[in-house]
Amino acid sequence: MIFEVTPSQTVGPYFAIGIPFAGGNLVVPDGTPGQIRITGTIYDGHNQPIPDHVIEFWQPDHQGRFADIYGHGEQSTLPGFRGFGRYGVEDGDGSYEMLTIKPGRVPGPNDGPPQAPHINVTLMARGMLHRVVTRIYFQDERQANTQDPILNTVPAARRDTLIATATPGGYHFDIHLQGHGETVFFDI
Amino acid sequence: MSTAHQQTEGDGGEVRQIYDPVADTPRRYRRDPPGAQPPLDHPPYKSTQLRHPREPLVYLPHTVTEITGPQLDRALQLKDTDRDLTIQAGGEPIGERIIVSGHVYDTEGKPLRDTLVEIWQANAAGRYDHRWDRWPAPLDPNFHGAGRCLTDSEGRYEFTTIKPGPYPWGNHYNAWRPAHIHFSLLGRAFTQRLVTQMYFPGDPFFPYDPIFNSVRDEQARNRMISTFNIHETQPNWAHAYNWDIYLRGPAETPFEESF
Ligand SMILES: [Fe+3]
Repeated sequence: MIFEVTPSQTVGPYFAIGIPFAGGNLVVPDGTPGQIRITGTIYDGHNQPIPDHVIEFWQPDHQGRFADIYGHGEQSTLPGFRGFGRYGVEDGDGSYEMLTIKPGRVPGPNDGPPQAPHINVTLMARGMLHRVVTRIYFQDERQANTQDPILNTVPAARRDTLIATATPGGYHFDIHLQGHGETVFFDI
Repeated sequence: MSTAHQQTEGDGGEVRQIYDPVADTPRRYRRDPPGAQPPLDHPPYKSTQLRHPREPLVYLPHTVTEITGPQLDRALQLKDTDRDLTIQAGGEPIGERIIVSGHVYDTEGKPLRDTLVEIWQANAAGRYDHRWDRWPAPLDPNFHGAGRCLTDSEGRYEFTTIKPGPYPWGNHYNAWRPAHIHFSLLGRAFTQRLVTQMYFPGDPFFPYDPIFNSVRDEQARNRMISTFNIHETQPNWAHAYNWDIYLRGPAETPFEESF
């Protein structure tokens, strides 16, 4: 028998009571060799920053290993690696910041040719009845990006919306929910 | 020894398989059927207007990044008081004491064990302990309104809390949210992430709430409503509501997802 899924509802305006936790945006412990900061701002359809949002990252470590206990390949051995980051504010300036490392490469669909380094992103906010999902790729992985089996399914003119730009100490990745420069979101 | 074929009895007496976390690792997850989820663009809920993408979503096949997921218990260091929202402050909160419990299943009916359930809610008067909530209802110094727990080996979660009140909001004239508890679930894979709301049976505000009614299918909508359970009600202490949550399960056939 197949059961049907429980529907999604918005996180609403008061998620800060229950969702953020201390150190939630540490995908890796502070002090991890090779650590980077990924920063960005979330914009609405009027190009205004969204002050109340929750953003979550999910990624493998630098060797392409996940902090996942369920036996998908080898488990990460990087000390303290969580692979998950959560940044949630209720009255911020629309920006976010995660401390992480650049992910390694993992197999593509059907265990096919490897994907370019990427981070899966969930974004939720008041006014959103369901999460949206996007991916962060990296500007300095040009070769891997051109061969990436997922990026190549994205309309060429919109691929740049998925590519983080280098900054001193990390990368910058803005998300535009709607309108000019609208970020590519995925149907998963 | 593998637990892949261990069994448990569901609420209706039916036999359910229990997951083996390693042996039962799905490679692909079932896609939500049309209408199972609310639309991102829903004009009766005004805040969706500038917060929904206009471009079509791009189909993402499930790779290892989508079928893996985090385990946060070490980061959160859960305590027993995290699941009892009535003992987190110095004294007793005001309101109806309730026990909210249920199972987290996937769409094959398999319980998800050791999975994180996070909740937050208003107090008995419908007021959130949050500086943006300014409607003139009293705050309760003994009620903050947040809880966390992991499901047990049979996928069961349980919270002790206070029944939240309905509250007004600015969406339209005389707008009130039906009483609800916000729920957040990580599941065991990125594809299973779910944030939703649990409602209470027979709420008079249901017909007027654009968030509840954003789920167009009536049966799907009803899956967000808990049931009163007299058998789990504790005499002279607390009454009880049950609510089971279904996260996406494995795709039925490899052909369901071709790439
Ligand atoms: Fe609410």
